[in-house]
Amino acid sequence: MKQNLVVIGAGMASGRMLEHLLDAAPDAFDVTLFNAEPRGNYNRLMLSPVLSGEKTYEQIVTHDDAWYAARGVTCRFGEHVTKIDRARKVAVSKAGETAYDSLVIATGSAPFIIPVAGRELPGVVTYRDLEDTNAMIAAASPGARAVVIGGGLLGLEAAAGMAARGAEVTVIHLMGHLMERQLDPAAGYLLQKDLERRGIRIHCKGATKAILGNGRVEAVLLEDGTVYPADLVCMAVGIRPETRLATDAHLEIGRGIVVNDRMQTSDPAIRALGECVEHEGQLFGLVAPLYDQAKVLAASLLGQDAAFRPVQTATKLKVTGCDLFSAGDFADAPGREDIVFRDPGRGVYKRLILEGDRLVGAVMYGDTADGQWFFDLIKQGKDVTEARETLIFGPAFAAGGPSADPLAAVAALPPEAEICGCNGVCKGRIVQAVEGGAATLDAVRATTKASASCGSCTGLVEKVMALCLGDGFRADANPPMCRCTDHTHDDVRRLIKSMALKSIPAVMQELGWKTAGGCASCRPALNYYLLADWPTEYRDDRQSRFVNERNHANIQKDGTYSVVPRMWGGVTTPAELRAIADAADKFAVPMVKVTGGQRIDLLGVRKEDLPAIWADLNAAGMVSGAAYAKGLRTVKTCVGSEFCRFGTQDSTGLGIRLEKLLWGSWTPAKVKLGVSGCPRNCAEATCKDIGVVCVDSGYQISVAGAAGLEVKETELLMTVATGDEALEVIAAFTQLYRENSRYLHRIYKWVAKVGLDWCRDQMADPANRRALYDRFLQSQAVHQADPWAELAERPADWAPIADLTLRAAE
Amino acid sequence: MTGFIDIAALDDIPRQGARVVKTPLGCVAIFRTADDRVFALEDRCPHKGGPLSEGIVHGSHVTCPLHGWVFDMATGLAEGADEGSVRTFAARAEGGRVLLDADFLQRRSAA
Repeated sequence: MKQNLVVIGAGMASGRMLEHLLDAAPDAFDVTLFNAEPRGNYNRLMLSPVLSGEKTYEQIVTHDDAWYAARGVTCRFGEHVTKIDRARKVAVSKAGETAYDSLVIATGSAPFIIPVAGRELPGVVTYRDLEDTNAMIAAASPGARAVVIGGGLLGLEAAAGMAARGAEVTVIHLMGHLMERQLDPAAGYLLQKDLERRGIRIHCKGATKAILGNGRVEAVLLEDGTVYPADLVCMAVGIRPETRLATDAHLEIGRGIVVNDRMQTSDPAIRALGECVEHEGQLFGLVAPLYDQAKVLAASLLGQDAAFRPVQTATKLKVTGCDLFSAGDFADAPGREDIVFRDPGRGVYKRLILEGDRLVGAVMYGDTADGQWFFDLIKQGKDVTEARETLIFGPAFAAGGPSADPLAAVAALPPEAEICGCNGVCKGRIVQAVEGGAATLDAVRATTKASASCGSCTGLVEKVMALCLGDGFRADANPPMCRCTDHTHDDVRRLIKSMALKSIPAVMQELGWKTAGGCASCRPALNYYLLADWPTEYRDDRQSRFVNERNHANIQKDGTYSVVPRMWGGVTTPAELRAIADAADKFAVPMVKVTGGQRIDLLGVRKEDLPAIWADLNAAGMVSGAAYAKGLRTVKTCVGSEFCRFGTQDSTGLGIRLEKLLWGSWTPAKVKLGVSGCPRNCAEATCKDIGVVCVDSGYQISVAGAAGLEVKETELLMTVATGDEALEVIAAFTQLYRENSRYLHRIYKWVAKVGLDWCRDQMADPANRRALYDRFLQSQAVHQADPWAELAERPADWAPIADLTLRAAE
Repeated sequence: MTGFIDIAALDDIPRQGARVVKTPLGCVAIFRTADDRVFALEDRCPHKGGPLSEGIVHGSHVTCPLHGWVFDMATGLAEGADEGSVRTFAARAEGGRVLLDADFLQRRSAA
């Protein structure tokens, strides 16, 4: 007698399962197939070509009416199963009850909807089935504005599809780079670049705050205040297993419906497969393991021996023609080493991850031809020690033998081989220059222009020089930024601007960083350079900052912090002093000290108390004094003409105006100012980074003083007649410093390098000075914000994440 | 009370950052790498007691915020010219949660 088999869900896994089952035993089962969608099995993976217009729905149907009819499958499409009655073995739907001997749950997954206001508005869709696809096709007319929330595979396919139909598409992604589960930051950056080239706007580190609209979606609002107008919003932030039916039936549920190796749920008469299941703690989204499950489940229904064993899968994806590949485990881990190859010109990035003598992972972008070869090496777990030097060049090189030497590769280049693409300089020309006496990189640059434009071939030029000069060659005396790169700070700054690099992964990729994630030395520097050069576009990377700037307080030797509120020009009020005293009492501050910069330091504050003490000081009208920042610290003043019998100008007032203009700006190193009301110089302005000494006729602005590791008197930059001019000159000079200095160089070091005359020339031209001033203000419009106010709202982030002290006492 | 216990959601720890768990043995720093690996280290640099949880995380290494010692987070060993090590604990990320092997507390309370 035939058994009744009820299948809930007609997705790709269940379709494949029915094929296996009905091929092996055409007469064993009476199959009833329910599907919530009003249609049968189609290839969901091919919805993207449907969206972009390359295919029609008809072309992606995998099982048509005739297929079901020929096999006697009763189709109940468009009919929801609302309940499974396990005791009576019936599936309940609107039309009634359907009895089963065996039941298969293949309900797949449901899109995750982020719980923001406006998610119910018409015009907000997900990307799961044909209805969603058709909604996007209808909305994606040329010129229409679409916002996709989620920069994973699905979101990017939705974005590319709509862009192909002429819509103006923006992708908002919560993480720092696209497809972070499949790609590392460098590959994610290249993908972003390719998509942007196709006109898709990408906004990473963007958290959706709300979807706006009156009766229909109109815009998306992000936490950072950005608003993107939208005629359609597609939410593609992820999927979760659709387990509601199974939950209601009291089957065992983890994250998905728990199944054993035979794809049986906790009820042996009920099996499950596809994206709705969890097997040994693992969920499944790629199609390969789902097809394996289909085979095992069919066998299991037929009483045959079969066990589902997930196999390692590689991801080779084509998102709108962007080639990417990832396989194995590409996470950083101890004992692992990276081999990184970058070809900035071709937009190629390859990274191999080795553990001991084995290859364990690979990420590739732009050129994925060798992906399969690497994947095989990963699966075989073969010892790759011998081939290691040249492994990254793939099978073509491996065939040549394991002894190839990187310098030999340069040696093997013919004289006419192009080394510097920007200036069209070939190897022979460089050799000629070196033989003609050019012994340093600068000399080679001066005579041939090789590596003098974008500089990305610097390493190659040096290799050619090393070949010619042998041991006589010393690489540039200007040392590289850190061990992660061969570029100097100056090179990196120049290249960030000339190549328009706007993220840390972008810099690391285009400039050929040798490590995957940088180090504690280069990351803060890069973060600063990007912030200074692209103030409105670059978003600060908090995790690339030193502790003091990350926590907006100075860490002390015992791990506590010091808190210093700003006192404009060193002027305070009784009310502020009371608030500071109250805060010191309330948080049992062990020491209250007056600083050298004319303000008050609360020392010994515990980290978890920081948000609360900030909130109290904020409430009294005070903001962070940035006593921890590579940025404006203090403007020290004397009392000036307001009170002092010698004062020539209002030095206090000018100091306050300067501090109000400059506060919040990030600089290469700390910046301290002083304003003295007369040449007696009580504010000690002539040993500050920037000092003003007031005289009867105006203001003497001098710069590049030091009173720390070195002691040095300032030198006169220029004299101006009015306070307004003083403000403009000082802001413009600060901007000149921000744009040109290397990270961590105080102004005196930077001026020693570029020369005071050069600085004076820059300031002397009114148009240039004005432009610098305007750029400073543009940056301030973004960065002049009190960090305390923002961070005090998230006190939980500052407390321990868990407390196990009680647990141990149990 | 043995084995791994659920500490927090993975997303409560910033990528390339850390959060602290208080224990009777002192604070344990739970680190999350750029690619969602999780490491647990005693939150105390052997050099001068600096809180490693406040260091810059790069790859599977962390640099102490006080004087720049660099530690391999899995072995706890100092790198380069510095000699020393910091205690490590078993931790892992699973299903969006962070699990910490709390056996070290058990042994202590039994003692």
